[in-house]
Amino acid sequence: MAYSDKVLDHYNNPRNVGSFDKSSENVGTGMVGAPECGDVMKLQIKVNDESGIIEDAKFKTFGCGSAIASSSLATEWLKGKTVDQALAIKNTDIVNELSLPPVKIHCSVLAEDAIKAAISDYRTKQAKKTVVAQTVG
Amino acid sequence: MKTPIYLDNHATTQVDPRVLDAMLPYFTQNFGNAASRNHEFGWIAEQAVDKARKQIADLIGANAKEIIFTSGATESDNLAIKGVAEMYAEKGNHIITAATEHKAVLDTCKKLEKNGYRVTYLPVKGDGLIDLDMLRESITDKTILVTIMYANNEIGVIQPVQEIGKICREKGVLFHTDAVQAVGKVPVDVNKDNIDLASISAHKLYGPKGVGALYVRRRNPRVQITAQMDGGGHERGMRSGTLNVPGIVGLGEACAICQRDMPEETKRLQYLRDKLRSRLEAGLDEIYINGSWEHRLPHSLNMSFLYVEGESLLMGINDVAVSSGSACTSATLEPSYVLKALGLGDDIAHSSIRFGIGRFNTEEQIDYVADKLIDVVGKLRELSPLYEMAKEGIDLSKVAWVRD
Repeated sequence: MAYSDKVLDHYNNPRNVGSFDKSSENVGTGMVGAPECGDVMKLQIKVNDESGIIEDAKFKTFGCGSAIASSSLATEWLKGKTVDQALAIKNTDIVNELSLPPVKIHCSVLAEDAIKAAISDYRTKQAKKTVVAQTVG
Repeated sequence: MKTPIYLDNHATTQVDPRVLDAMLPYFTQNFGNAASRNHEFGWIAEQAVDKARKQIADLIGANAKEIIFTSGATESDNLAIKGVAEMYAEKGNHIITAATEHKAVLDTCKKLEKNGYRVTYLPVKGDGLIDLDMLRESITDKTILVTIMYANNEIGVIQPVQEIGKICREKGVLFHTDAVQAVGKVPVDVNKDNIDLASISAHKLYGPKGVGALYVRRRNPRVQITAQMDGGGHERGMRSGTLNVPGIVGLGEACAICQRDMPEETKRLQYLRDKLRSRLEAGLDEIYINGSWEHRLPHSLNMSFLYVEGESLLMGINDVAVSSGSACTSATLEPSYVLKALGLGDDIAHSSIRFGIGRFNTEEQIDYVADKLIDVVGKLRELSPLYEMAKEGIDLSKVAWVRD
């Protein structure tokens, strides 16, 4: 299987590998995929509550080179975007950037799902905070 | 030391230079058709073919007349199974095989099922071996053939062939074995092992691709098969088609070399294989061997590296040629059915690597591969959310994964 240079680059020099504290209030964690399918992506975002901008992102992936590259690329793109801008990231953007062949398109779909899952987790935490504030206040 | 390093000798092997030397004259000088009875060109070719027949027969304890030449083991498997099924159709229509067989056997059986035959696919135990009692109980009065491979191409496990053959003899059922991975690597004896038909492939034992053989027993019992290739009646009417003389000469020479070198070569390859295993076990945790260790080809190793996916692992060791049971590396995107038959979870199949050590591998190469693997697995585990979770003490089998 021929990998594009960009996929090889992300594989050899993955960006933003690591983990944030899951319990932290401004961290959103998305975990998608399953070991049986051969792809599991954990994507985390650290959001500045006031500006709504994703200040930092980290990932860990169990999967093939294309899956690793897709999630690594996702963290690169997320940094500096607002949460709403992040939701606009489409898997097709990832496919084009990495020149993924048809058989690897599902890796980009999983990365898009991971982004959405992380944002959803962050928003859920935000909603809970608001509820608590209202209840207390 | 040159790279890439070839450690995929279950997939194919380099042609031994001595084999190539033996073959060459039969392309340009002695190029006759072995079936040309009327001139010297034909006689010389026929002589070479007869010599090869004997070389192959000697390697497996057979008689030269019992060797039929084919285009390879896939054809031999087809010929054996379909040939017996058709010839003995009046005696019965039941065939027994195993879940871990090569596709050449499994697909042939599936084809026969479409044509009204019944096939039993025996499961294997966790170590990859079939249960002999289960085999015995599966045999009915309609069973005409048991086909079980001598040694498995993916996990290297060796089946209890002698016992299987004995059970078949007791019950009067023919026993075919796909012996592709075993011939030339471990001592195969068609009489001691009670074998009636055996498939052989040249390119798995340092011979050329495109040629193989089928052993067909002539005595006790006399086995007959219906030809699958019709034509000029070559190979005693069992397989028509002009013989691939240079290929056959190559197969013969390859067998002769294997027979001569087997004791020494087995020792050397086993040493290299064991060294690879112990280096990896010393350098990494959470790695497992797939299939029985005790009943295994001496040069074969199939290991799973937990929490790391196979294709990404192969990418990291891109100057080493091996193969993986991972879905991503297969054409069909399905994980290895052999590993699944062992009862292993898909995640273990996804993390598996198959090593096949061969005649042309050196200790220096093994050391390099061990170092490289330890390094790459380490890096990928740092990337792996599964390793992270496992280290935190989470039981991955209890996690509710979000699947699409």
